[in-house]
Amino acid sequence: MCGIVGLFLKTPIYHEELGRLTAVMLHEMRERGPDSAGFAVYDQGDSERTRITVLVTDDSINRRQTADELEAELGAEVTLREIHDHAVFETTGDGRAARQWLIDNVTGIDVLSYGQQIELYKSVGDPDLVASRYDLASRRGTHAMAHTRMATESAVTTNGSHPFVTGADTCLVHNGSLSNHNQLRERLAQRGESFQTENDSEVAAGYLAWKLRTGDTIDGALTSALTDLDGFYTFAIGVKNGFAILRDPIACKPAVVAETDDWVAMSSEFRAIAQLPDVSHAEIFEPEPSRVYSWSLAS
Amino acid sequence: MTTSIDLSQATLRELNKRLHETEEGHFVVRNPRGAHAIAVGMTTPVTVDVEGSVGYFCAGMNMAGTVRVDGNAGTGLAENIMSGLVRITGNATMSAGATGHGGLVVIEGNAGARCGISMKGVDIVVGGSVGHMSAFMAQAGNLVVLGDADRDLGDSIYEAEVFVRGKVASLGSDCVEKEMTPPHLDTLSRLLEAAALPAGTMSAEPSDFRLYGSARELYNFHVDDVDAAAAAKGRP
Repeated sequence: MCGIVGLFLKTPIYHEELGRLTAVMLHEMRERGPDSAGFAVYDQGDSERTRITVLVTDDSINRRQTADELEAELGAEVTLREIHDHAVFETTGDGRAARQWLIDNVTGIDVLSYGQQIELYKSVGDPDLVASRYDLASRRGTHAMAHTRMATESAVTTNGSHPFVTGADTCLVHNGSLSNHNQLRERLAQRGESFQTENDSEVAAGYLAWKLRTGDTIDGALTSALTDLDGFYTFAIGVKNGFAILRDPIACKPAVVAETDDWVAMSSEFRAIAQLPDVSHAEIFEPEPSRVYSWSLAS
Repeated sequence: MTTSIDLSQATLRELNKRLHETEEGHFVVRNPRGAHAIAVGMTTPVTVDVEGSVGYFCAGMNMAGTVRVDGNAGTGLAENIMSGLVRITGNATMSAGATGHGGLVVIEGNAGARCGISMKGVDIVVGGSVGHMSAFMAQAGNLVVLGDADRDLGDSIYEAEVFVRGKVASLGSDCVEKEMTPPHLDTLSRLLEAAALPAGTMSAEPSDFRLYGSARELYNFHVDDVDAAAAAKGRP
């Protein structure tokens, strides 16, 4: 069992409150996943700059030195922000190349995300503590995804926590388990995707990243996923300026969606949605199996 | 006398303890906010009105009570209901009325996947449509659907009967359309009346429905046991 929440703001009126509302939703999903938690927050970003969020697993890593080495490698300025055991590198250079260089050359870190809009934080422990440690409640932005994990297939570790990002601004949270992820991971690796864990959900994120990188739309990628992914899943997916939901044909993993003129919220259970503003006027529905749901901001 | 309990103030345990200790009367539950296990395990003819949407297992194991929800319900609405009435004005998600032995469950909106899974005598009336694999392994009782049924309806069904007014996407293994006889129409009339669905789109004539049940080829059915099966359905 895991808990999923996603909140996508269709208008700017709650941009200042995105983090606070996401934290309220995450809190309600604690019981579904008390092992660990993570969240991704998207803001409007800067089309000239890529942010790379990393988790530092080895205390002896000097983040400033890593930023300097990355700057030399990219030939572009790299700035550093440190938040507990996470670091955010920001650069005008090539984000995908930066991610790959960090994975290949710096042991003792996991690269959690990269993109122009996304930052991502995750940790083991009580979801409320994870939210407060990385200051979810004060974050502003356009959309957010969060996850509470009850580990079943692999150990309780930070790098087994969701969300997963392997492609630019392409974020996935998953409730369920995939059964063909090993084969798919190999096929995707041959096509240039790189993975950092043995986790099945990271493969689903990598699959979408590959589809989007090679020119597919999110709707097209998710339609293909219905054929190519085998297993149980309810996914919430964040992309640049967009949000999507997909459930497998059996749909045994729960999902509920609420939508108003200002926001779309998705969660494993209604109680995560029950305290959102104006929820009494929301259209509330259960997403159907095998159907792609997506929303995007006019850009 | 009506007692109001506000779940933004009282705990769920306080609510359910109060319901279990009450012999009769009327309760109003405010601010349910999707909480799980509201009004579970009632054994007395108490009426509970819930003002808002509920989470999992609402009115589970209900015996004799009446639980009305003005909103939607999460997984396992009225799970294992023994008797009494459970009614919701909105939609229910997965496994509504699962394993129910008796009583009546009325869902005015749609029900999700596996509505009436393994039902054992409960009657379920759905004003809208039901999701895939509804009435899966259903043993006894009646499932009435005014809208459509998604794929694999009645898979591995035993002696429950399924009435559908709209389209059936597909029938599951060993589920077949059956002839609607006068006793079936009587059952249907009785259930539609008991369900007292709001007028308009939800008013339905028994003759508008089709009947589905077991082909009796998958499970070990013996004609010698037909009386036992009929007794389980509560009619000759």
